[in-house]
Amino acid sequence: MEPILVAKNLSKKYGKVVALESANLELYPGEVLGVIGDNGAGKSTLIKVLCGAVTPDSGEILLDGKIVTFTSPIEARTLGIETVYQNLALSPALSITDNMFLGREIRQKGFMGKFLKFLDKKAMEDEARKRLSELGLLTIQNINQLVETLSGGQRQGVAVARATSFGTKVVIMDEPTAALGVKESRRVLELIGEVRARGIPIILISHNMPHVFEVADRIHVHRLGTRLCVIDPKKYEMSDAVAFMTGAKEPPRS
Amino acid sequence: MNKISDDISKDLKDQPKFSSDLGEKDQDHHTFDIGEQSTLKKIQHFLHGNPTIVPVIILVLSVIGFGFLAGGKFFSAFNLSLIVQQVTIVGILAAAQTLIILTAGIDLSVAAMMVLASVFMGKLSVEMGIPTLPAIAVGMVSGVATGAFNGLLVTRLKLPPFIVTLGTWNIFFALVIFFTGSQSIRSSDIEIQAPLLHFWGERINLGGFVFTYGAFLMIGIFIFLWFLLNKTAWGRHVYAIGDDKEAAELSGIRTDRMLVSIYAVAGLVVAIGAWVSIGRVGSVSPTSFYEGNLDSITAVVIGGTSLFGGRGTIIGSLFGALIVGVFSSGLSIAGLDVLWQRFALGCLIIIAVGIDQWIRKVSN
Repeated sequence: MEPILVAKNLSKKYGKVVALESANLELYPGEVLGVIGDNGAGKSTLIKVLCGAVTPDSGEILLDGKIVTFTSPIEARTLGIETVYQNLALSPALSITDNMFLGREIRQKGFMGKFLKFLDKKAMEDEARKRLSELGLLTIQNINQLVETLSGGQRQGVAVARATSFGTKVVIMDEPTAALGVKESRRVLELIGEVRARGIPIILISHNMPHVFEVADRIHVHRLGTRLCVIDPKKYEMSDAVAFMTGAKEPPRS
Repeated sequence: MNKISDDISKDLKDQPKFSSDLGEKDQDHHTFDIGEQSTLKKIQHFLHGNPTIVPVIILVLSVIGFGFLAGGKFFSAFNLSLIVQQVTIVGILAAAQTLIILTAGIDLSVAAMMVLASVFMGKLSVEMGIPTLPAIAVGMVSGVATGAFNGLLVTRLKLPPFIVTLGTWNIFFALVIFFTGSQSIRSSDIEIQAPLLHFWGERINLGGFVFTYGAFLMIGIFIFLWFLLNKTAWGRHVYAIGDDKEAAELSGIRTDRMLVSIYAVAGLVVAIGAWVSIGRVGSVSPTSFYEGNLDSITAVVIGGTSLFGGRGTIIGSLFGALIVGVFSSGLSIAGLDVLWQRFALGCLIIIAVGIDQWIRKVSN
């Protein structure tokens, strides 16, 4: 099977600090790839490069086998790489529907939409409801509820629904459970399963080992600016992963 | 080295394991059970969902209150319609100001922009003999240009809107003095040379209620902006930028470009206000509306729009302007000194912002 997203020899320096040194990454269709690494391993730089927030000094990114370049998260998004940021990037004072379509609004057909630029609220609400129920979030009753009235997990749900709604090829999730309680984290992990079930591969960055081990199909261990190894969570213990991450143990040869 | 990893792995084992029965209980998490709340909480929630209610209540209460205080004179059709006439200009400025404040900005230069636009209209048509309509068009362009200039300074130089508009307020005011030489353009000259400039000052009598055309135009502007803000993507983006600029940027909104367009639209509204102001005042005076900047901010704040951006309604600002008008009129009819009008207005501003802060707490 061909990987959908490939990063080849990515390097990035900040002054004298090497954040990435010929780092590689492959994401296959329909999988959840966990990315773990110690603080300062270059994990977040790797993700920022993949989502378009940082331009690498060298190296290339291939999406569907084609080399792609982007200079902003918006360009990455138009190519089909969606990111759910740690802070979610939602507007709390706007409704669920408004947030899901922010920057990609549906206009009314005909004169009203073309010349008066009126929004087709009904179409947006229907679509938003559909997306949320596909992800098992239909229990959010009122689609016009303001996002600030939602719980942390529900907000995450809205952000994920938005990220998976527009012809998305890859979803990057940055620490989705970091700010959540036990129950809400549980919900988000289920959500990740729903997204995978819909065939959209996910790159999951997290510090939370139990969460990564629970949902990831493969785990990419990042160390000293490059990929140390990729492990199968079924064959290794969490303690092994931590040992690889910190350099306490030699990684398996692959 | 091994010891560290052992410690970490021990920590990991201590982490709570997720049992599947949590999933069952979790279901109730997605229903929005507001549960039992105190009456105060309910009021807070209600006001949070309906931000225009506060100014409406204040307006109704103040009309009733001044009715008692000042008697029938206040309630006369003439006086009530006079209040609407008097708030026309501040109302239009407040409409423009609302757009800026919704983006978490503030515009101290609106009144100076307006006077500058009215100077262009008056100068060109009365003193330079240019036909009135092109002169008005130049005034409109001046409004859009000065507004966009503010927007460009805010986005390109990344300066706070407060500082940018504090600067441009002085710059625009200086330009007004430069172009006019501190001379007013007299009402009688305008009447002869360019009567069209007085158009919005003409009055119609509807069963004792006397309205200027300008008052209707003001209401038209508010309705138009309401549609713009609530029914178009542009309007939703105004709120999104004010709410969380970074989130808006990551959602794909070109926030800088949007901000310049918002300041430009505000400038256009201000320029329309310039035309109306010539009809209202009669003459074009370089020193008029010196306090218009602050009056417009007062109306917006009393109208329930948050100075922190993203929250508020355009119609609220109309009510805010009317509240200020009702207070000034009522207090003067009741025979109170001007100083008490200012005193009352000051209290009103602080109360309005206090209520806004209290309502905002709901989201935490």
